[in-house]
Amino acid sequence: MSDKSWLAEIPQLDRQELRDFKKLLDGSFREFSREYGDSIQSFFDPLLSTLIWFEKLLLSTPWWLVIAVLAAFSYAASRSVKLTIAVIASFLVIGYFGMWEDTMRTMSMIVVSTLLAILIGIPTGVAMVRSNRIQSLVTPILDVMQTMPAFVYLIPVVMLLGIGKVPGVIAVIIYAIPPVIRLTNLGIRLVDKEVLEAATAYGASPLQRLFGVQIPLAMPNIMAGINQTIMMALAMVVIASMIGVKGLGQPVLQAISNQYFTQGLLNGLAIVALAIIFDRISQSYAKRTLQNFGES
Amino acid sequence: MNSNENKSPLISIKNLYKIFGKNEQRVLASVKEGKSKEDILAETGHTVGLADINLDIYPGEIFVIMGLSGSGKSTLIRHFNRLIDPTAGEIVVAGEDVMQLNAKDLQNFRRNKMSMVFQRFGLMPHRTVIQNIAYGLQVQGIAKSEREKCAQEWLDTVGLSGYANQYPVQLSGGQQQRVGLARALCTDAEILLMDEAFSALDPLIRSEMQDQLIELQDKLHKTIVFITHDLDEALRIGDKIAILRDGLLIQQGAPVDILLNPADDYVEAFVKDVNRARALTVETVMQPQICRISSENIGEAVAQMRKSKQDYGYVMNEDGYQGVITQETLEGVEKCDYENKITDSLLEDVPSVQSDALLESVIPDMLDSEHPLAVLNTEGEVEGHISRSTLADILSDQPTEEAETQSDKNSVHQ
Repeated sequence: MSDKSWLAEIPQLDRQELRDFKKLLDGSFREFSREYGDSIQSFFDPLLSTLIWFEKLLLSTPWWLVIAVLAAFSYAASRSVKLTIAVIASFLVIGYFGMWEDTMRTMSMIVVSTLLAILIGIPTGVAMVRSNRIQSLVTPILDVMQTMPAFVYLIPVVMLLGIGKVPGVIAVIIYAIPPVIRLTNLGIRLVDKEVLEAATAYGASPLQRLFGVQIPLAMPNIMAGINQTIMMALAMVVIASMIGVKGLGQPVLQAISNQYFTQGLLNGLAIVALAIIFDRISQSYAKRTLQNFGES
Repeated sequence: MNSNENKSPLISIKNLYKIFGKNEQRVLASVKEGKSKEDILAETGHTVGLADINLDIYPGEIFVIMGLSGSGKSTLIRHFNRLIDPTAGEIVVAGEDVMQLNAKDLQNFRRNKMSMVFQRFGLMPHRTVIQNIAYGLQVQGIAKSEREKCAQEWLDTVGLSGYANQYPVQLSGGQQQRVGLARALCTDAEILLMDEAFSALDPLIRSEMQDQLIELQDKLHKTIVFITHDLDEALRIGDKIAILRDGLLIQQGAPVDILLNPADDYVEAFVKDVNRARALTVETVMQPQICRISSENIGEAVAQMRKSKQDYGYVMNEDGYQGVITQETLEGVEKCDYENKITDSLLEDVPSVQSDALLESVIPDMLDSEHPLAVLNTEGEVEGHISRSTLADILSDQPTEEAETQSDKNSVHQ
């Protein structure tokens, strides 16, 4: 680099150095994945078998039983006949247009991803409440997870785990987990100080405070987080299909490359239908937990 | 109330300091040197919450801690069960040094020794009224049927029998605080901490709650630490009052002491607006020197009357207080009748008042009667009398120095 040009042009690595730098990183990551890829893969084996088991379960159950269970579930959560009828109708239409199997596959992946996200997210949120240090550590990571383009973290995931269900689920979780963590943290921090103080004053242990006061009172916020997580997981369906996740995403991908307008539209609408159903069920459940809270 | 000398205090607080900020211990030294709160805030950015608090609270009394907002009273009450840890000082409850308790022991201490009522009730919105009341017992691990039975009893006691399965949000403020009170009583803890418990209620409900508290206290004999910013409330329910200002304890003593001998201008300013007729009892202002006439016949009565310098006497017999007899009446009686009993016709009907009655309640009787009223104690014996002039003296503003000089000047002008 000549000494004059740094004012006119931003100082930068020359091409050779940059190439070396990239080579170094790529090389070491490749080394890492060769070394540990297998053990990491076997670490995720239980997840894979759960995914396969759940998908098989949904696919092998007769369609009317699946619809009946879904209807019962949505009624239990929302106590709304209207919503229940809408759920039944939309699944009938989905089946009628030949998207039943893909929908079941997508649903199984969404359910497993969401459950995992909740399982990891709520404890993480609780840990953030416990310590401001953890909060200041986790918050920037969440920011990265939410803004980093999904394709970027798909690359190392695929390098490590190949293509298939497990990397798909991991990608979905990375993308969808931040809301449940953030809103668990926020919800618990917003719990009325005096109520918590009352629990302490009556000698509640930390666990009694957490499960008896903090989580129940933060429930409306936590439910909002779960709702967002479900929505974001559904939004990842098409991207996940690029790394070999079967379901409603694949026909959409096919439709993009072949310009099949109707196929794209129908499968897209099926994703929307799933999203709306999940959204309404989780929201009306949250609303019911909110009822006793009065103005809050 | 006044036999405290023989009892040992239930709660004893010694040299308690609380400083808010990052480096409490370093700032503590300069607080102990006597630097002012403002200087310390300016120099170090630390806030002095409490400085050198010493308190003794005896079993069975209602101890009121009074102060304006920011005086540190809510901070102080949170030290009793260590919701806030002090910077320095000693907190001893029932002989146990609370500062030495580990987490587990502290938890047990809070479960069994103290319960607390909060300003904004602190009820759990996701639990029904009965579940809220049973909370203290639930935390202790007591079976559901047992704790809810106990909770139902307390719910009945505070007069909310039908509300067991309502949620707190469905109740009015006063009702919610009754639930808060029931929750506190349900654990059967010896000490009740009440942090501005009635301050959020409107005046009518507040005085209702005060009555209920006094009534309950007569039955339960708890030791109550009561925080308030309202002197009327403090005087009404307190056996003892401590006044806090800017984290310092300015005065503590019986309500009458505070009212009649304020320690400084701050307390005096507080006391000035108090309705004394409603705060003081007859006992505190009555005059005990009176002529009691306890004889059966007129002759002895005359003798008793002569011994005292007064020209009227209060007549007592086995049935209690009878009325007033004047010297004039006695002189009018013929000597030959001295063996006769004192009959009603000789007596003047002067009403009596109870020694624990509020001054306010005796005003009507006072205005109707020519003689000072007889003051009876709880056994029905005449203890003293209370005259119009005494009452007028007490109820009119006490002549402060300023007022006196003012009136002197006025008289000069005249």
